[in-house]
Amino acid sequence: MKKSKIKSILLHLLLIIAVVITTYPLIRIFSVSIRPGDRIISTDLSIIPKGATFLSYIKLFKETYFIKWIFNSLIITLSTSLIGVILASSAAYSFSRYKFFGRKIGLYILLFTQMVPAGMLILPLYLMIMKLNLINTYLGMIIAYSVSSLPFSIWILKGYYDTIPRSLEEAAMVDGANEIYAFYKIILPLSTPALSIAFLFNFTMAWNEYLVARVILYNPKSYTWTLGLFELQGQFITQWGMFAAGSIIITIPVLLIFLYSSKWLVSGLTLGSVKG
Amino acid sequence: MAEVKFVNVKKIFGDNLVLNNINLEVKNGEFCVIVGPSGCGKTTLLRILAGLEDVTEGEIYIDNVLVNNIPPSKREIAMVFQDYALYPHMTVKENMSFSLRLRNFPKEEIKKRVNEAAEILQIKHLLDRMPKQLSGGQRQRVAIGRAIVRHPKVFLFDEPLSNLDAKLREEMRIEILRLHQKLQTTMVYVTHDQIEAMTLGSKIVVMNKGVIQQEGTPIEIYKKPQNIFVASFIGTPTMNFIKGKIILENDKTFLIHKEKKFFIPSYSFPDYSKYNGKEVILGIRPDDIILDESKIDKENAISARVDVVELLGPRENVYIKISDEKTICATTHSFNIAPHTEIKFSLNYLNIHIFDPETEKRIN
Repeated sequence: MKKSKIKSILLHLLLIIAVVITTYPLIRIFSVSIRPGDRIISTDLSIIPKGATFLSYIKLFKETYFIKWIFNSLIITLSTSLIGVILASSAAYSFSRYKFFGRKIGLYILLFTQMVPAGMLILPLYLMIMKLNLINTYLGMIIAYSVSSLPFSIWILKGYYDTIPRSLEEAAMVDGANEIYAFYKIILPLSTPALSIAFLFNFTMAWNEYLVARVILYNPKSYTWTLGLFELQGQFITQWGMFAAGSIIITIPVLLIFLYSSKWLVSGLTLGSVKG
Repeated sequence: MAEVKFVNVKKIFGDNLVLNNINLEVKNGEFCVIVGPSGCGKTTLLRILAGLEDVTEGEIYIDNVLVNNIPPSKREIAMVFQDYALYPHMTVKENMSFSLRLRNFPKEEIKKRVNEAAEILQIKHLLDRMPKQLSGGQRQRVAIGRAIVRHPKVFLFDEPLSNLDAKLREEMRIEILRLHQKLQTTMVYVTHDQIEAMTLGSKIVVMNKGVIQQEGTPIEIYKKPQNIFVASFIGTPTMNFIKGKIILENDKTFLIHKEKKFFIPSYSFPDYSKYNGKEVILGIRPDDIILDESKIDKENAISARVDVVELLGPRENVYIKISDEKTICATTHSFNIAPHTEIKFSLNYLNIHIFDPETEKRIN
């Protein structure tokens, strides 16, 4: 009894330290974002600084294209995630359920693309998007992001489909469904945990991406927020207040999406379908 | 209700010949049990009938319609899977009504049929539960319910009881039998359990290595197995096989095994003269070895030593050593036999099975 109490205290202590370590930078950024302009570079460690103000936030929205950047990022990120999940869910199904020429090699090629560092792909990606005349467009960005995130999603989903017994689709087919209907009505609803993981991965990858965006987008109005925030970094002066305010705002969509999808991330949905 | 017919059906997986020239007819309303050891091709045969597997050669008919190229959804069959295959994200009611909803049945009809099936299977109180909230037996009932609501032409069962414990299996066996009596629909049932086959089937098909070894009523299969495989596969304890030479002595036929002489009356082996001096295999079921002194054929009794006695509750298995390398099993209800004692026994001549050692086929 006593031993378990000590264990519990130690465990909690460890968790508290972990929470402090992970949230401290976020808190510091928040406190920088509400500092008045003259105290931006102060060494004061208080969370709510003296003369706290939301002026940086107001300036960010008024003096920059911040809303447009967020909008651009959202369009690109959501499209990438949705296209990624839709394409990956059907591609992964073929890899999981059918035997066809080049299946194994195809899977390895997909895996191989994940081993190539992103930097190496920038030039070919740029050339490809340029040839397609899609430089500085949403579509160009969406294609560039989907290309790099699809393989991972396919692998995740393929692995998950493999765990769903084939007999479920067979039962549906005997019940009167064709294969597409069985996939849509039986397999997809059962795959929500894997689908949400693929969606989240695509979302965070596209939301936080900088390098590819830097190459493909040149007009400040079509920037994503990652490029936009760097706009605030001037040659002689960096507007740290606005920078911090922007950083705080851009965490909100990711936070919301994680909170919302956490309920889909439960595994074990297939429990009880077949003997196990 | 419908007839099922397999004509010269062959199935090859890669280099493996899984089904070799299967010809089988299941009559209207018949309960056909396909039984055999694992890997004999019985499940493949069922899956071919369901349309879940293509045939390499041959034709399959359901209700006199060639179904080779008809997808499973249009074959008007219902199947109960070994692992139940219930849709985990649907309630019992949704699971059972899935096929009817797919076919756009009116809501009242769906409700009526689901309730009917639930009534028969006594699962009315489970209709709103999810599969994961059910026990193994309940899940199996739901899987059967899902098949019943369809009113299919043919029911297919793929080892439906193999995942249940012994007691539940017995209960469900009776339930399925009752269901067949009530619905009178053609049923094709695959199992590796010969007791299930014997108790359920109005027709049994014994398969091995992709070939039908024998088909017939349970009694035919039990009483007149056509080869050594069927003889050894059906019946517990397993049939005893004694290899020996046929000799004729004073107009009487005997099988000589080591120094033991087994009398074989001519009525149970009419072709005895053809095999004079040749080796044959004598098959005798443990139940057909007479140990009761009052019933024994004293003139031709054989004496041997009891090796082990195994008590099984209502009866005993007595293992008798008839030669250095051969022990046979007999069953008795008298409970007066002790191990390591000398006893006498004779055979029930009406139930003697004689096989050719080369072809392994029955010759009497």
